[in-house]
Amino acid sequence: MSEHWLLLSPAGAFVVAAMALFVIDAADPDATDGSLLSAVASAGGLVAAVASGALLLSGAAEPGVELVGGQLVVDGMSLIFTFIFGSVTALVSLASLDYIRELPHKAKYYLLVLLAATGMSLMASANSLAVVFVALELSSLPSYALVSYLKTDRGSVEAGLKYFLVGALSSSILVYGISLVYAATGSLLFADVAAGVGQAAADYPGVLGVGVLMIIGGFAFKTAAAPFHFWAPDAYEGSPAPVSAFLSSASKAAGFVVAFRAFTVAFPIGEIAGETYAVDWVLAFTILAVVTMTVGNFAAATQENVKRMLAYSSVGHAGYALIGLAALTGIGDGATALGASMLHLLVYGFMNTGAFLFVALAEHWELGRTFEDYNGLAKEAPLACVAMTVFMFSLAGLPVGGGFLSKYFLIVGAVGAGVWWLGAVLAVNSALSLFYYSRVVRAMWIEEPDEAREIDSYPSALYAAVVGAAVVTVLLLPGLAVFDVAAFDAAAALV
Amino acid sequence: MLIEALILVCLVGAAVVAAAPDRLAGRLALAVSAIPVGGSLYMYAAFEGSGNALLGGDIAYETFFRWLSLGPYAVNYHMGLDGISLPLVVLSTVLTTLAILSAWTPVDDRQGQFYGLMLFMEASLIGVFAALDFLLWFVFWEAVLVPMYFLIGVWGGPRRKYAAIKFFVYTNIASLVMFIGFFGLVFGLGESISSTGLPEIAQALRAGQLGALGPVGPDALALAAFLAMFVGFAVKVPVVPFHTWLPDAHVEAPTPASVMLAGVLLKMGTYALLRYNFTMLPEQAATLAVPIAVVAVVSIIYGALLALAQSDLKRVVAYSSVSSMGYVILGLIAYTEFGIGGATFQMIAHGLISGLLFMTVGVIYNASHTRMIGDMSGMADRMPVTAGVFVAGAFAYMGLPLMAGFAAELFIFLGAFSSTVLPAAPLFTAAAMFGIVIVAGYLLWAMQRSLFGPFELEPDYEIDRAPLHDVVPIVTLVVLIVLLGSAPELFWGMISDATVDLVATGGELR
Repeated sequence: MSEHWLLLSPAGAFVVAAMALFVIDAADPDATDGSLLSAVASAGGLVAAVASGALLLSGAAEPGVELVGGQLVVDGMSLIFTFIFGSVTALVSLASLDYIRELPHKAKYYLLVLLAATGMSLMASANSLAVVFVALELSSLPSYALVSYLKTDRGSVEAGLKYFLVGALSSSILVYGISLVYAATGSLLFADVAAGVGQAAADYPGVLGVGVLMIIGGFAFKTAAAPFHFWAPDAYEGSPAPVSAFLSSASKAAGFVVAFRAFTVAFPIGEIAGETYAVDWVLAFTILAVVTMTVGNFAAATQENVKRMLAYSSVGHAGYALIGLAALTGIGDGATALGASMLHLLVYGFMNTGAFLFVALAEHWELGRTFEDYNGLAKEAPLACVAMTVFMFSLAGLPVGGGFLSKYFLIVGAVGAGVWWLGAVLAVNSALSLFYYSRVVRAMWIEEPDEAREIDSYPSALYAAVVGAAVVTVLLLPGLAVFDVAAFDAAAALV
Repeated sequence: MLIEALILVCLVGAAVVAAAPDRLAGRLALAVSAIPVGGSLYMYAAFEGSGNALLGGDIAYETFFRWLSLGPYAVNYHMGLDGISLPLVVLSTVLTTLAILSAWTPVDDRQGQFYGLMLFMEASLIGVFAALDFLLWFVFWEAVLVPMYFLIGVWGGPRRKYAAIKFFVYTNIASLVMFIGFFGLVFGLGESISSTGLPEIAQALRAGQLGALGPVGPDALALAAFLAMFVGFAVKVPVVPFHTWLPDAHVEAPTPASVMLAGVLLKMGTYALLRYNFTMLPEQAATLAVPIAVVAVVSIIYGALLALAQSDLKRVVAYSSVSSMGYVILGLIAYTEFGIGGATFQMIAHGLISGLLFMTVGVIYNASHTRMIGDMSGMADRMPVTAGVFVAGAFAYMGLPLMAGFAAELFIFLGAFSSTVLPAAPLFTAAAMFGIVIVAGYLLWAMQRSLFGPFELEPDYEIDRAPLHDVVPIVTLVVLIVLLGSAPELFWGMISDATVDLVATGGELR
């Protein structure tokens, strides 16, 4: 089979942009103007997104092309996710121009973002457990450094340390799980694992079962799902807001794409929990989905700090997206839920990034962190507040943005797979989320400001990123039609 | 493409008006909203549809193209009107324009945003009544919440923040319940449908194509879905016991928002009940006829009694809506030509009458700065035209012949009395008729105490006649109510044509 290297162009765009930053930094390490660096990083993300979109819509990767001896695979799902990574990277890099304007080591910052994005795009294509681990580390290690980028800020350093410790622990759990699966099946390639999993479940159910559960733990960390979500609120709150946006949107999606592929391809549920029973990972993900969305939303509802609320809401959305795996019950049609999950992560990439970038804007203005600090903001910054309103209502599932459709698609998927009660749990959580998301909206538009505040600068790059994310979020309501066929086809190909 | 053009005018107009300076916003919004009024009246004049849009009738002003795919189902952009939806679109556009005019006096803060939201809401309302695909319809259905949340929350009374979030969360939960119920039906239909189009689903359900969903058999599935959808829509209507959000929302909302809420938003609930529960699942409706009729009669009587007990004139009008919506439910469950047709007619009539009463209360409040019945007395002396209009509206509510309320209630009672679906129909009808007596009681009593008698209020401000732009919308509404009451055939023809299929194709249900 000929190898279509062009199919790896999304990952290539990240690498090339990262190399370019290396060169720029080496040539002029003392440069204080970050606009070139930001432009290079944004361009890298944009090229990756456009390349992914073009490959996806042209059908070049149908029905899935294996590369490097089957270690990597490029298919509809990997391209959807590289599109997400590219878009988020572009938005975050653009917004960071204003956010880190006064800070040192700008080149390293953008470099780390791009390297993490490279790791994520490899995760999207990973077709063996070894590549999964290497790609996951490639995306995680730069993230640890990014979280503690504000190294004079105690919160940022503490968040980075916490993130690193939990991350190291969960990485070791993941790699141990991989080794157990290797011991039971004798292979790391997804296809070979799948071929051997039925026999392994009969011969070594304990080894295989524990191995799979440990792998679930590793993914739960990356996606900030319960019970490995404890790092998320601290890390998202302490890190620079654009980094929070990057982690909670792109890094989370990367964890999901690996989980989608690993579990549907490597551990077919019929063989691992059928006549020969090792572990029922669908049940595990069902429990994780219910716990994650409930914990995330209830915790978010009690927060006073907007960034922390968004962090917990991000945990809640991980719970929603887990429905994609929890609905693979074999009853009815699980592909709808899985496809809906991909679409939700796609829309989430824009609406959640935008929300965190709005927080970045608020931090830039030094407004403060609580809901009350946003009181009456709409009078001074109506455009940004319209954008934030779009993000909040779209996250809550109101039809001002694509989040409306993707959330209801998830409910449809759950009902169609016969787990209507999972849809009902989502519904309850969604109604609760409306309450806390609308607190932000209420503060901005309805409340009066406590004291006179002056906003004297409107940072153009940050504004452009926020408004751009809002425009895409709105357009994804009618425009989800661009991606929906690809997502449902990709899901059907996996199931 | 006419419907799309009207929605687009509203959306673009909303953006322009929201950015306009305050002194222009009101006039600009009025001018923009006149276009959909003209458009909907043109659609009324040139209407060539026939039959029920969901049951194979000829759909007027139809647009159809592929939008999304949702797993195995296609989601189409499908819009069109029939004899049920067209009158409601006309009601929405007319009432929005009048509500915008009635906002000129009370709304003096952030006017651009206010009128922008009103136009955004108008666009969503047209979409709700015209959409013929479930998901498309649901987009508009939920979109209505957003402007209403802001209208109550920003421009409302002292407890506006509480009222806004209560309205928001309450109706959102209801939508979620309904959504799950409906998709249970869709997946129960399995491969016998290929899209989420309402006509396709309605016809498949009436043809008995519903299968099992997992372990749930078709009968249980249909009943569960009926209940989920009924509860979901009942919150919107609202009927007792799901009505508690309504008085809060109404009392705190600014007058123009109350007008839209009572006049059109409540009709979304009854319209959806008619389109979904009573069109798609007639057998389940017949099975549950007695409980539904009980809910209807309790809403009529209890809503009226609650109205009787209020001392705030706006609360009186708010609770009276609960009572009036009960008549609609009674008409629907009767499953007769006059019952369902009368229920549809009542949606229009009540939209005009309750809009009128809310506006009139607003005009009185603008001048007197009070809504408490106990504080007012003799307002007729100072505001003769407004008081006259209020009396006219009250009599329309009570069902004075030659006014719209009379025609609507007559149809409903005729239909309910002769119902064969509803056991003991004459008994339920008689109980519902008793509600009219209470309506007359609380309205006459409220008028006696507030409008007539000696003038006792001792304000430190001048109470004068209402300005022209306050009087024009209420007088227009009185004219429309009399017009519709003396010539109900203006709408009855198309309503009857679109609803008769519901009764006829129900077969043995007649």
